[in-house]
Amino acid sequence: MKQGSRFWAWLVFGVGTTYFVLPLVATFEFSLRKRRGEYSFDAYRSVFEDPNFQATFTYSVVVAIFTILLGVLLVVPTAYWIRLRLPHLRPVVEFITLLPLVIPAIVIVFGYIRMFGSNSTLPFLATARGTDALLVIGYAVLALPYMYRAVDTGLRTIDVRTLTEAAQILGAGWTTIIARIILPNVLIAVLSGAFLSFAIVIGEFTMASLLNRPAFGPYLQNIGANSAYEPSALALISFAITWGCMSLIQILSRFAPRSANRPN
Amino acid sequence: MADSTMSQTASVSPGAPEISRLRLPLHWLGVTPFFIFALVFLILPTVGLIAGAFKNAAGDYTFDNIIALSQPKLAAAYWVSIQISFVSAVLGALIGLAMAVAVVRGGLPPWLRSATLTFSGVASNFAGVPLAFSFIATLGRLGVATILLRDIFGINIYSLGFSIFSFWGLILTYLYFQIPLMIVIITPAVDGLKKEWGEAAATLGATNWQYWRMVVIPVLWPSFLGTTVLLFANAFGAVATAYALTGPSLNIVPIQLFAQIRGDVLYNPNLGYALAFGMIVITGLANLFYILFQRRAERWLK
Repeated sequence: MKQGSRFWAWLVFGVGTTYFVLPLVATFEFSLRKRRGEYSFDAYRSVFEDPNFQATFTYSVVVAIFTILLGVLLVVPTAYWIRLRLPHLRPVVEFITLLPLVIPAIVIVFGYIRMFGSNSTLPFLATARGTDALLVIGYAVLALPYMYRAVDTGLRTIDVRTLTEAAQILGAGWTTIIARIILPNVLIAVLSGAFLSFAIVIGEFTMASLLNRPAFGPYLQNIGANSAYEPSALALISFAITWGCMSLIQILSRFAPRSANRPN
Repeated sequence: MADSTMSQTASVSPGAPEISRLRLPLHWLGVTPFFIFALVFLILPTVGLIAGAFKNAAGDYTFDNIIALSQPKLAAAYWVSIQISFVSAVLGALIGLAMAVAVVRGGLPPWLRSATLTFSGVASNFAGVPLAFSFIATLGRLGVATILLRDIFGINIYSLGFSIFSFWGLILTYLYFQIPLMIVIITPAVDGLKKEWGEAAATLGATNWQYWRMVVIPVLWPSFLGTTVLLFANAFGAVATAYALTGPSLNIVPIQLFAQIRGDVLYNPNLGYALAFGMIVITGLANLFYILFQRRAERWLK
């Protein structure tokens, strides 16, 4: 019986692996076919030399960095304060941070377009800079569930109360406590959240496209409609970026403390 | 400020309650930025849309927009969306569960388990435009697998009616992120199946099938159902993959909504809000069931 179940396990695993590996191999093979009759990296060269690739990719990286900064500024003090002072508010905050998983991104951005138009009280969409800011905000909302979970898990592993009291006895103010005591202690968790946010934001299509921003996602879609081999190269580049972010998270998690010295 | 932590711990000392009452607004100050942000950039835009779904162009309250969702094109969009999300969720959940059981319980080498989990973490986040590209390169009309099947096995899948731009093509593509998401979420539940339960069942003379039917399936059932509805919501809100794969032609709700936001193709902004409201209702219900099932599932995982 044991032998039989192992056979089934291998079979399931083999079929699954084929399904997951085949598209990657096929995409790679396809991306090498740009030069007629032989394999070459021409598609990759043409992607990297495309000024639009460089411009949109740079734009998305900058947006991602601002998204991460906004996310950290928003989530770290909140999660810290909830743990320290307002634990009864935790369910409310957790519920809010899970809302972006319930409300589809397309609905959120639709709400923005309706609410922040040129004639509104907060006319984000009136200027290009304002729209950039709104895109960063939208991405911070999309990344909120992941960022909050990461930071909250990180805070669980340190003794927030003792650290805070020790810092206060030494005369530290709140900014100092958060920036120089709490943040370094949950840095690994924050970085995990940051890399996950980066992976989500870098190729995001819906929000960037509907807000008409020159981001990497809409560029990808446009290339897909207009060229043959470059999309495959771009798909693999995107996969590599996602893979890179996830690997960094895994590596970081090895350095994270396992459990709290004193649960709070 | 520095002594404000003491107000809670030192509540024995006289006068402390007054201090804590005085400081109460300060406690709230710490979470105010978060709540303002959530209110302005998450809750108000959504509530505004929902309110708009119940108003006509003149701003009067009405149910006309909700009723108008039943017009054939929109009803068909919802129906196709629900079918795609349902089939991809159920298949994704079943295959994902099978793979999770295989790597956790199947006696495979341990490194395969961590490799599978790592890969699942990547693939569950690999949705959108690049995923569509990969599947076009694999199973498109000139895709590598299409050509291989035709030249080596003599099977022309396109003459058999398959197309990567069709219903089943879309499902095959969605499975690429649905299965890994299932693996990521269900693996802890499969891990929670205690070895003792299997030994206890064997001691009582249960066959392998009885062990599965009477122990494993009932324990995993709530997690399985919960994750399935989560996958449903996940597929229902997905825009980029479908848009990059089929363009604006496919009649599913997210793509209809995308076209509506781009250029008011319904010639009625409020109907657009109703379309969005319908999406929130469906994904909201799915998540509600997820929470209910998950709560039930946690009983066994302690």
